[in-house]
Amino acid sequence: MAKETFSVKKIFKDGLLDQNPIFVQLLGMCSTLAVSTTVINGIGMGLSVTFVLVLSNLFISLLRNYIPSKIRIASYIVIIAGFVTVVDMILQAYVPSLAESLGLFIPLIVVNCIILARAESFASKHEPLPSVLDGLAMGAGFTAALVVISALRELVGSGTLFGIKVTPAGFSPAVLVISPVGGFLILGALIALVQWLQSRRKKED
Amino acid sequence: MANIFLLAITALLIENFVFVKFYGICPFLGVSQKTETAVGMGLAVTFTMTIASALTWPLYYFVLKPLQIEYLETIAFILLIACLVQLIEMFLQKAIPSLYSALGIYLPLITTNCAVLGVALLNVQNDYNFIESVVYGFAAGLGFLLAIFLLSLVRERFEFAKIPKPFQGVPIALIAGGLLALAFSGLRLSF
Repeated sequence: MAKETFSVKKIFKDGLLDQNPIFVQLLGMCSTLAVSTTVINGIGMGLSVTFVLVLSNLFISLLRNYIPSKIRIASYIVIIAGFVTVVDMILQAYVPSLAESLGLFIPLIVVNCIILARAESFASKHEPLPSVLDGLAMGAGFTAALVVISALRELVGSGTLFGIKVTPAGFSPAVLVISPVGGFLILGALIALVQWLQSRRKKED
Repeated sequence: MANIFLLAITALLIENFVFVKFYGICPFLGVSQKTETAVGMGLAVTFTMTIASALTWPLYYFVLKPLQIEYLETIAFILLIACLVQLIEMFLQKAIPSLYSALGIYLPLITTNCAVLGVALLNVQNDYNFIESVVYGFAAGLGFLLAIFLLSLVRERFEFAKIPKPFQGVPIALIAGGLLALAFSGLRLSF
């Protein structure tokens, strides 16, 4: 097979900006809304998803010529579920407090659309190395978006960052922002902002 | 009996799967433009969640637990759900072709709806018995149906509204969802 050419820069630019999983592709909304109440949760979720993405992309890419196309989705899900179980066990063993606050959303990484989408649209068509890079880039984009959302929500909703109080004494936090309601409203506003920026950039071109 | 009723009301309204627990947001946003398809999706998910609850319970207590491989529950459950959705798809195609063609592309999406896997895992986590599991799965599914139905009613009105361009599509749906969640959090506070 001819050696594939790929651009590392493009893969990372896609993952972080042009094809950002949350803000542009609008994937993985459940875990985004649920865990973005504190920055630590956001980072924990982002890194867990990145770990699963990189390894599942690698294995799916290695096996892409052996998996029959009729049962490929089921095979991908089994591979992904295997790695999710690994992450679940690691978190429970080493950072039980994080595992507890992320709760069911760790096993639910299995059905996070980002991972299956990358498996189907990238890893199943590319060689292992670019697939791993794609996993890293998409994971980084997911983590970065989660950090932005969760920092905003934690700052306004509880007046803290990483659990440390950063706002002046007179600031009374808007608790609504860390409630489910605030999650919907803030994510909606941020996606609108991204769409506005995109339409402005298109006009300039 | 009273317990079961309370469990159902909790799953349906007080801890609504979509508005409070954030399960199933992808189809909630993706398939809620039209009331008809939204209701179809909601019914299909409710059906799948009920059957999945009824099947994962014996799988966990009669297979995984005796073999002491409970840690494989995520893998086992998602496989079972994937097969179940495939079966439902084949059954609908033969038995009710009209419903099948209406739901068409949404059916495979149920596999990756986290509400289905979520309810299976929650049943185990909360130590529900078989009856409780099935009731909880059914009520939580109805909660999803209610949520997606309400949002679709709002979104149908958007067609006649002047929405600022950046807010069109998902952002305004999220904001409408947020306002619906506000109403549900009111229910939660009053209980």
